[in-house]
Amino acid sequence: MNAARHLDATFAALADPTRRAILARLASGEASVNELAKPFAMSQPAISKHLKVLERAGLITRGRDAQRRPCRIEARPLAEANDWLEGYRQFWEGQFQRLDALLDELKARETKSGRTKKGTRR
Amino acid sequence: MTTGTLKVFAQGERELVITREFDAPRHLVFEAFTRPEHLRRWLGGLPGWEMVVCDMDVRVGGKYRWMWKSLEDGLSMGMSGEYREVSPPDRLVSTEKFDESWYPGTAVGTIVLTERGGRTTLTQTMLYDSREARDAVMASPMEEGVGVSYDRLEEVLRDLAG
Repeated sequence: MNAARHLDATFAALADPTRRAILARLASGEASVNELAKPFAMSQPAISKHLKVLERAGLITRGRDAQRRPCRIEARPLAEANDWLEGYRQFWEGQFQRLDALLDELKARETKSGRTKKGTRR
Repeated sequence: MTTGTLKVFAQGERELVITREFDAPRHLVFEAFTRPEHLRRWLGGLPGWEMVVCDMDVRVGGKYRWMWKSLEDGLSMGMSGEYREVSPPDRLVSTEKFDESWYPGTAVGTIVLTERGGRTTLTQTMLYDSREARDAVMASPMEEGVGVSYDRLEEVLRDLAG
């Protein structure tokens, strides 16, 4: 998967509130499908479906133990997603800070010319 | 997500919204978006990049063309579009398409300026052709509204750090 596709998969996986809740739960330690299903009013197959999406996005990995197959969170894709959003925000904040400076200048110019006009009226 | 007063969030299926407050009356903000001599001074692109083309014919049906160049490696990035609504001092609608676009189709950008006590709130809404296009830009999972998913993401990351 290239970087952009990878990011798409991450964000698509994060788009669902149940999946975010699952990740939040896994952040405090690994858990089996059963344990994950408990707090949600959802069947085990429904939870398994969500886990598959998370697994495909690389957000979780599952243990080998055939019975339990514990789920574990993978931090890296989340960190990458966060970097992306932060980058986007920072880009615009950078542009707008320059706009702030320009607006200060335009305001000052306007105030000055306003005074001149009033001055000529006197 | 907020730093200072900048917010970025997804709206509905196909929109991306940026809001930001400026300490200036809106007619000046409008000028800053519509006069090339102003625009090229602030819309500089990424650090280390410079706006080298800023042609704009700001009237309904008029075209614009912007291009940036990397000072380091000479790479360039260009975009162009057409003005659809030009209503000073509070509304500007235009289309945008990047030369090498990473999202399909053309986006329509609407800028609305509201003024209060000499300060202006900018609301810039980008409407994409499809949800896929919007998500490719924002890669946004925020179906629940303002910044929710980013907050959730932050929560998850905080949990991870803790």
